[in-house]
Amino acid sequence: MTSAATPVAAASAPLVKRRPPAPVRRKRVLVAIADHSILIAAALAFVAPLVFITLTALMTNDQALSPKLWPHPFRWDNFVEVFREAPLVRYALNTLLYAGLATLFMLVSSIPVAYALARLRWRGRHAAFLVVLVAMMLPPQVTVVPVYVLWAKLHLVGTLWPLILPNLLGDAFSIFLLRQFFLTIPEEYLDAARVDGCGELRILSTVVVRLAKPAIAAVALFMFLYCFNDFFGPLLYTGESPEHWTVAVGLAQFRTLYQVHWNLTMAATLLTMAPVVTLFFLAQRAFVEGVTLTGVKG
Amino acid sequence: MSPWVAGFSVFFGYPLVTTAYFSFTHYDLLSSPRWLGLANYRYLFESDQRIWPSVANTLWMIAVAVPLNVVFAFGIALMLSRARRGVGFFRTVFYLPALAPPVAATLGFVYLLNPATGPVNIALRHLGLPDPLWFDSPTWSKPSLVLLGIWGVGNTMIIFLAAIVDVPRQLYESASLDGAGPLRRLRYVTLPSISPVILFAVVIGVIEGLQYFTQAYVASTIAGGSAAAATEGANSLGYPQESTLFYPILLYQQGFRYFNMGYASAMAMLLLVVSFAVTALIVRNSRRWVHYQGAPAR
Repeated sequence: MTSAATPVAAASAPLVKRRPPAPVRRKRVLVAIADHSILIAAALAFVAPLVFITLTALMTNDQALSPKLWPHPFRWDNFVEVFREAPLVRYALNTLLYAGLATLFMLVSSIPVAYALARLRWRGRHAAFLVVLVAMMLPPQVTVVPVYVLWAKLHLVGTLWPLILPNLLGDAFSIFLLRQFFLTIPEEYLDAARVDGCGELRILSTVVVRLAKPAIAAVALFMFLYCFNDFFGPLLYTGESPEHWTVAVGLAQFRTLYQVHWNLTMAATLLTMAPVVTLFFLAQRAFVEGVTLTGVKG
Repeated sequence: MSPWVAGFSVFFGYPLVTTAYFSFTHYDLLSSPRWLGLANYRYLFESDQRIWPSVANTLWMIAVAVPLNVVFAFGIALMLSRARRGVGFFRTVFYLPALAPPVAATLGFVYLLNPATGPVNIALRHLGLPDPLWFDSPTWSKPSLVLLGIWGVGNTMIIFLAAIVDVPRQLYESASLDGAGPLRRLRYVTLPSISPVILFAVVIGVIEGLQYFTQAYVASTIAGGSAAAATEGANSLGYPQESTLFYPILLYQQGFRYFNMGYASAMAMLLLVVSFAVTALIVRNSRRWVHYQGAPAR
């Protein structure tokens, strides 16, 4: 999980809009195209896979197995049929349970830890921060065997709980990001609250959480996306119990269960991408706001 | 608040110690661990026919994919930083594939690159070029995965773009005054200025390379076309001819399909040592080529 907090809209050119006459505009467009030809070629190469996936998702199965690239006729029914072929709704609900609860638990546990690491002085906090860093860098495969054994003994293998519950003890990556943000909150705000007689818990729940809203939103978003995309975890714990599969695991089985139905497989693929892309466009503003709000520290 | 931290360390420290213990035992989850001494390690280093292919595949992937990802991310970011128009649009286009969930993206690429009716091979045949078997060929399966990685390079690209935009203008101006052309400005101004970010991308890339799992698992099971349940997909792991058998895949197979948990733990210990060694090596060597500015911009 290395989707770093990146200012997606960091560098847009503020252009003053004044419409010049049409020929001038046309010429400018052509010049711009010439200027940007490599960029445009690269952009086409990046979009092409999505275009072909979409086109295939709209074909009949016979056509998907033919060399023709343009759907004829367009078969929108594929997107309905997908739901009949595989319990996508069930997968979606499982995913929502996993991602939703994991995100919630992560927030409840990681915010106090991050605050303690960033703002409170106590013995061993440097060592504790080091542990967080190491936990973040460590391949999950290194500790996976004993953790699996633990959950097996608790009879929770076959459910999604082994993936949800550990978040009650904090998530290293989220703690790291939140700590970095908490460090930027001016000490004066906290001192002011302390002078007014707030305890640390109250400071955390009122002052810090409110100031850190954008960072918290970003961390929650990353966590949610991580869970949505996670394949190793759900495969490991629910591989043998299809009723608990998440979208990621279900999608990976889709093609093997229903053989070479490329059209339906691509339709399912698109349906899996859709929520993430939607979330991105909805949350992009939150991201930008978060980035600009961090201007407090500058 | 330190109980949280304590709990966290225990949850993380316990598995680490237990992994070390298991690695000296035979353990199949059903009966209790049986002490074997160094037998697992002897088997690992001396007899296991599949370890070294998996190590070689993993190293191949890291050596090829990480530099290519960095080059592409940097190239695109550089073009974007010079573009005058549509920066926002292009940025979204290049970022979008990075949002595709790994399972979905892999499925898409297995379709796009499928030898018989995939759009890529159709296009190649039209152009009279050779049409490789991609995911079905031991030679081309890893390059196919590399292509998939480059397609999802958006995250790194965004980080690079932010760093390039942050390079102080004056540096370019004074370099120009000293008679440096565009190439030399790139070599002596841009690259040194963003070298910390490049280091970050390389370290993250290597760590991810050591954990490479989802894409390889999905590509081999889908292209290998095994039928039925999730767990039986494990039969075609590494397809074709173990060319996509990466270290984490083998670890998963040994630990959770064959339930050789002691042996999987020994593999995990090796992974732990290698992860730390590689990361330390890169960070230490980096002192030679990474320049930190006196006052970081953020």
